[in-house]
Amino acid sequence: MENYGPYDPTLDYAPGPATKEVAAGSDCIRPWKPLHMSRRNFLRSVVCSGTVIAGAGYLFSAATPSRADARAVERLVSLTVNGRVRRLEVPPNETLATTLRYRLGLTGTKIGCNQAECGACTVMADGTTIYSCSTLTHRVRGKEIVTVEGVASADGTLHPVQQAFVEEIAPQCGFCTPGQVVAAVALLNVNPKPTVEEARMALSGNVCRCGAYDHYLRGTMKAAERI
Amino acid sequence: MTYKLIGKDFTPPDLEAKVTGAAKYAEDFRADGMAHVKIFGSRMPHGQVKNIDISEAEKVPGFLAALLPGEVKQPGPAGLPILTGTATYFGQPILAIAAETEQAAADAVAAVKVDMELLPFVVDPLESLKPGGPDALVGGNIASRGIDFQSVKWTGKDFAMVGEGELPRGAAVVEWGFGDVEAGFAGSAVVIEESMVHATNAHQAMEPRSAAAYWENGKCHVWGSTQSTSFAHPGLARLIGIELSDLVLVAEYCGGGFGGKATAYPLMALPALMSKKLSGRPCLLRVSRVEEYDNGMARAGFQGWMKLGFAEDGKLLAADMFMVQDLGPTSGFRDYNNVGNASSIVYQPAAMRFRAVPVLTNTTPKGAQRGPGENQAANMVEPLFDKAARELGIDRLAIRRINAPGNGGANATYGPKQGPVTSAYLKEALDKGAEVFNWAERSANAGARSGSKVRGYGIGQAYHSAGANGFDGLVRITPDGILHVHSGVGNLGTYSYASTSRVVAEALGYDWDRVVIERGGTRKHIPWNLGQFGSNTNFTMTRSNYVAAMDAAMKLKEIAAAEFGGSPDEYKLENERVVKAGDSSTGLSFAEAAQKAIKMGGKYAGHELPEDIHEMTRASATAVAGSGLVGVAKDNLPKEGTVPALAAGFIEVDVDVETGKVEILDYVGAADCGTVIHPTGLAAQVRGGAVMGFGLATTERHIYDPAYARPNARTFYLSKPPTILDVPVKLDWAAVDQPDPQNPMGMKGIGEPLQGAASAALINAISDALGGHLFNRTPVTTDMVLNAAEDRPQSHRPLATNTV
Repeated sequence: MENYGPYDPTLDYAPGPATKEVAAGSDCIRPWKPLHMSRRNFLRSVVCSGTVIAGAGYLFSAATPSRADARAVERLVSLTVNGRVRRLEVPPNETLATTLRYRLGLTGTKIGCNQAECGACTVMADGTTIYSCSTLTHRVRGKEIVTVEGVASADGTLHPVQQAFVEEIAPQCGFCTPGQVVAAVALLNVNPKPTVEEARMALSGNVCRCGAYDHYLRGTMKAAERI
Repeated sequence: MTYKLIGKDFTPPDLEAKVTGAAKYAEDFRADGMAHVKIFGSRMPHGQVKNIDISEAEKVPGFLAALLPGEVKQPGPAGLPILTGTATYFGQPILAIAAETEQAAADAVAAVKVDMELLPFVVDPLESLKPGGPDALVGGNIASRGIDFQSVKWTGKDFAMVGEGELPRGAAVVEWGFGDVEAGFAGSAVVIEESMVHATNAHQAMEPRSAAAYWENGKCHVWGSTQSTSFAHPGLARLIGIELSDLVLVAEYCGGGFGGKATAYPLMALPALMSKKLSGRPCLLRVSRVEEYDNGMARAGFQGWMKLGFAEDGKLLAADMFMVQDLGPTSGFRDYNNVGNASSIVYQPAAMRFRAVPVLTNTTPKGAQRGPGENQAANMVEPLFDKAARELGIDRLAIRRINAPGNGGANATYGPKQGPVTSAYLKEALDKGAEVFNWAERSANAGARSGSKVRGYGIGQAYHSAGANGFDGLVRITPDGILHVHSGVGNLGTYSYASTSRVVAEALGYDWDRVVIERGGTRKHIPWNLGQFGSNTNFTMTRSNYVAAMDAAMKLKEIAAAEFGGSPDEYKLENERVVKAGDSSTGLSFAEAAQKAIKMGGKYAGHELPEDIHEMTRASATAVAGSGLVGVAKDNLPKEGTVPALAAGFIEVDVDVETGKVEILDYVGAADCGTVIHPTGLAAQVRGGAVMGFGLATTERHIYDPAYARPNARTFYLSKPPTILDVPVKLDWAAVDQPDPQNPMGMKGIGEPLQGAASAALINAISDALGGHLFNRTPVTTDMVLNAAEDRPQSHRPLATNTV
């Protein structure tokens, strides 16, 4: 084989187990030289180590809770998901995407960005598309939630949108697909004969990194012809 | 050649699961008692951990365990650690905590106190090369695969000798060339000399690199997100520190990789290591989008200088290039070499000198991203061809045609050694694209103004090597007559795992609905396959599948000969039967032959295996031995030369000179990918590559605050991938469809250059609308367009990186 392949960080590791188990990370600390503490470097150090920016965007991004809130008492909520009434204990700060994915096992709804940018978590609430990663479950009490799992018929027959997406090979990696399906179905539910422009607007909240927009659009228009 | 399956559309078997939500990605698997893992990311771009205090974290209800850097394997110099005590970029994992819930894990991470000492840091490669400049790692600022970790500083003279805005060119770490470059320049009618910057940008796969794992009976089970199944397996075993046979990897779907998940990567091993600490309890690491920006790889950036000499007719006589690569904090990927290699094949210069310095920076790790180096080359070089065409007074298509390799590539050469290529039809791709686009007529409208909008046209070209060899194929016919193709290539979304499996069905004459593709993890008994990256799958996998199919075909004939007498070559395959030539009534169905194979045992049923196959293939073939007729072989077919994937793009834009907005009106992408194996799949790649290219050209880039090395583009809207509203309603495509002679059915890969052709075309079209203004900076952002339109100076210094 010629020298072929991408950056493979695993090649920098020797085979076999870790040489020894070390407590408390003491062994990881290599010798270091203190930085010359000029005023400039001191300021840099302060800024760089500050806790101004959190290192990670976590699950509860819609309303980052204080720790006290996080352990708030879970409250009973009644949700209608894909036609079934589900009664659940859900803390007040839990997002709908978390409830669907981690409590109801509906993993078709994806979390792509946790911050209402990408649309992979799109579901319908009373027919309207919402980003479930940025909607608190308690906000949709009593509403009819439809996820990608609830789009096909009970007997497994694909929805015309799903069928058309298959025919047009609309998905590539497929991670944004559940959101695209829900967005297209929600459009056709209220506007069965959309114009191309209307369809583009309806799908514009769903990012596809593979760039399969052309195929999703064709699929949506094809499904509209069959509804 | 007429095929039954090749060149025909089909429905890949995993599509339905994708549209119904049934497809399981790494974070979609659940196990009883699954614990949640969170990482503590460095708040410094380069810092030494002095103390880790987890005493408060342990008090958080639900806390289970903390994993510290000293407990995990550490890589060699300039490697990418799983957890580190010396952080070299912002957000780098220092420790991980497992807890009963994700919230508890997050709370515990927030309660950890890490004392760190700030070390010198750098985000601009040129700053690091200055005399006394900071090194991104302790002890050095240069590293690359095959290049020793070292510190290189240029002299003050190196920096002083160049003009304003020109790239300083001190000692190079990499240098190669061919021909007499100076003579080439001396004989040139036009010489173009420019310095330029190409930004780094995140892969931005929709699925962050989440992973989950558990241990059972000494074996480690991992659910991971990777482009490659077989190829990721040994590396992941190495990270976890176990034998290949003790690792079960499940990777059924990958929510986008683009090179960022090409192999195994350190974060994929983290849940497994945490799980081990928890006595095998299942652990899930859900990686957030922000963590993905910090740790999810990025395309390497460049500060570059190029001098190109052209003859009167546009022929490239000499090319001299100097590339300073922004490598990130690890040995990263050799994008720099690909800049030189791509330029050598796309433009076929008579003489060339290439120099490069890969420089470490305290920025997010850089891996290969779709056309790594090749697509940056397209964005940097293609505009210079437009400038040359304008100065020479020749058409922009003509200057590309005269240099492009075509006619099969008989005289085409590649790279430093000027070696041969297997086939090349870039000239034909240009012609085909120009015809579909109607370049000759439409490009005459360049500069037409309507209100505040000015029309522009552009062409782009790009290359990527498109195939390797030496991997194994494994196929099986079970006693029910069903063909099983075992594929370890991965499922990236190109559907080439399926289209390359069709080669087996084609070779054996199978109906497609009687074929099952065994894929999605090591439990499916997969052979040793190259990963799904590098535009290689179509070429590499069709070869390895073909040799396995040929092995199965030979065994079918031998079984028939044993049954009915005569020699195997008196038999042929027909309608899923192996029959005597000239007497179709004498023969066996494949189902009967499979039953006989089991009875005969030995090589027929996979009990005896070829000597030269990989240990992974051997283990998989052994596991399925006795279940049918087993075809297994290593791809020893002859291969000489580089396999080129080549693409050309044609674009029409309107540039609003009052707002800087660029509206893409039309695009045509033309591919040289050998025999077209799956037309709709190819169309999806041409279009998707173009969309990704539009983002690369105009909106996507990492930005690091130069004073504090904090990343400032960690959301989609700050490094915006195109949405459906940013692309034309219709994107057209074309293919040369000429077979590659070194692939049994003529296939080559194509995924990567489709992006570079589009991004370069778009950059050129924007310039065209602005009367040929040369930006020499990618991406061309809205305010750059506006500054150029209003003849104002740009707001960035000429060679500055991390500009807005």
